Amino acid sequence: MTDVLEPVQHQGHGDHEEHHGPTGILNWLTSTDHKVIGLSYTVTSVIMLVIGGLFAEIIRAQLASPNGNLVSLAQYNELFTMHGSVMIYLFAGPFAFGALANIIVPIQIGAPDMAFPRLNALSYWLYLSGAITMLLGFFTAGGAANFGWVGYAPLSNSLNTPGAGADLWIGGLLLTGFSAIFTGVNLVATIFYLRAPGMTMFRMPIFTWNMLVTAILILLAFPVLTAGLIMLYCDRHFGTHIFSVAGGGVPVLWQHIFWFWGHPEVYILALPFFGMVTEIIAVFSRKPVFGYKGMIFATLTIAALSLGVWAHHMFTTGVVLLPFFSIMSLLIAVPTGIKMFNWIGTMWRGQVWFSTAMLMALGFLFTFLIGGLTGIYLASPPLDFFTHDTYFVVAHFHSVVMALVLAGMAGLYYWGPKITGYMLNEPLGKAQFWLLFLGSQLFTFPLYILGLDGMARRMALYPHDPQWKMLNDLSSVGAFVIGLSTVIFVINVVVSWKKYPAGDNPWDAHTLEWFTTSPPPHHNFYRLPQIRSERPTWDYNHPEHRTLHHGEHAAAEHAPEEAPV
Amino acid sequence: MKVEAKILLGLGTFFGLMCLVYWNWSLENAGGIMMFAGMLLGFLPGGYYYWWSRRMAPRPEDNPHATQPDGAGVVGAFPGSSIFPFVLGMGAFFVVLALVFGIWFLVPGLGLVVWALLGGTAEGRRGGQH
Repeated sequence: MTDVLEPVQHQGHGDHEEHHGPTGILNWLTSTDHKVIGLSYTVTSVIMLVIGGLFAEIIRAQLASPNGNLVSLAQYNELFTMHGSVMIYLFAGPFAFGALANIIVPIQIGAPDMAFPRLNALSYWLYLSGAITMLLGFFTAGGAANFGWVGYAPLSNSLNTPGAGADLWIGGLLLTGFSAIFTGVNLVATIFYLRAPGMTMFRMPIFTWNMLVTAILILLAFPVLTAGLIMLYCDRHFGTHIFSVAGGGVPVLWQHIFWFWGHPEVYILALPFFGMVTEIIAVFSRKPVFGYKGMIFATLTIAALSLGVWAHHMFTTGVVLLPFFSIMSLLIAVPTGIKMFNWIGTMWRGQVWFSTAMLMALGFLFTFLIGGLTGIYLASPPLDFFTHDTYFVVAHFHSVVMALVLAGMAGLYYWGPKITGYMLNEPLGKAQFWLLFLGSQLFTFPLYILGLDGMARRMALYPHDPQWKMLNDLSSVGAFVIGLSTVIFVINVVVSWKKYPAGDNPWDAHTLEWFTTSPPPHHNFYRLPQIRSERPTWDYNHPEHRTLHHGEHAAAEHAPEEAPV
Repeated sequence: MKVEAKILLGLGTFFGLMCLVYWNWSLENAGGIMMFAGMLLGFLPGGYYYWWSRRMAPRPEDNPHATQPDGAGVVGAFPGSSIFPFVLGMGAFFVVLALVFGIWFLVPGLGLVVWALLGGTAEGRRGGQH
């Protein structure tokens, strides 16, 4: 087994001398290094999180009283549209597959860079310009887009929503859509072609697996949205009638196209965060991932099923096949349940280390469980008819996305030291966790009750009712606590700035990114260990406890006694 | 390469079956066509990888017993820093703004796109800056 222990010079990458590229702003503009691009993505998407969060705080302040007059009704429409758009299109997706995947996936598989570095840089510039395009709407005469983040026809046509804001929304989505498609191509090519020797598909870390499946989903879903947006633009400006009844078109077609992208998009958002949580729970429980292949099977199953559930957003249109979409939606609970089971199995009898990253991951488990279970209610058409377009739906997907925010924060605390070379402050991180976690629950729970009571979403005013007022107030307080947790995160970054050097492997972690320096050098590795399991760094650091293959443990222990003499 | 091919072929097969069931049951065309296209997106690259997996020599990354020296040699061509992704991105930005604010935005937009395509191609042929 000596070959497992000996580090070998990785000769594949050619030169290892110091990289002499431009510095400063020119480095930001011209770099094709996946780590620099990934960091640009990280900073931009966290700024988008703050912008979208500010919109949310204004919305919750408006709803703190039944006839709030903080914003006008028209401004309220813009706010909830842009809150959803910024969070979904500009934060959650780009943060997952642009920021962390971009930095971590090539290092996890032992690659020097992404397969197409210049395409990768182009993805970032399309994302940034798309984000600016969408937000430019606030500076036009008619204001930003105001038809909801789903842009339903015929509300989004040129008669009902004239003005530049809606067109900027379409343009911004075209740019970010192409950015996502290019990143998807890049991730698939990187994972298929740039793995280190010995890194077989079934030795890739779960995060990389999830990013592969996410990338395939991006390639299946995003072109549909892009096509739909071009059709919508043609309807608005070139006189086509694809989505208008008057010209012989079908408005529901927009919903089909939008949700054929929109539901896989939910998993495009979720799967990367599932991957992060899987890595973090395994590392901080000091155990390998429980049910590694089951986890991969569950990911692939979720991806496959996610393409057959789009119309569960359209139950109340009355023109979709209810049993098919209900069955498919309920089926997704099975692989998701496998994942839940495996996460608990990974912690079971492990030595759990409650670091900030682990606490955030545990917060994800709890919050996602609530979001997932209420999703099962909504997959049943009779219950959906009752709760459609109420705050119950809003609460359901906010439980899910707050879980993803918790997981994303876990990812930042876990991989931040690798990316920057410095740790974040743990006590401040724990304070942030408790505020974020409790704030999320306080924010969503009242919304479930309000939804069951019949409060409709997207309304700036609501009837005078002491109970509704109290529940809305509680939810608003929750939202402000979440905002406070973000402030603490920013304070943490400032306080910890270049203060606590991390070293190469501060968590005693498992996967290849922890084998290289923090931050990794240009082209990532000076040397690579032998890869004999999905935990090469752990195997190298703990040869006495290296990962055993299925059945190997029993054979090693009992072979001497059972061997015939 | 076989595992990669099987994943895509498997997804394509599943989408194909789902497409059959859905289209015959719902008689709704938009979803049926989109699932059919999903099947193709599984089969086209999946078939390509499968075809190659039967013809190419086994790669060290598919060999569970490979050692690091097995991967020695040129991994690929990785360009150094390049301004052209930024130029192309800004070109696309102006082209999209032309959709909203007026056709004249196409002049700087397409100008930047053409510059980026020519410059990027020339840079690629030179091998890029390191």
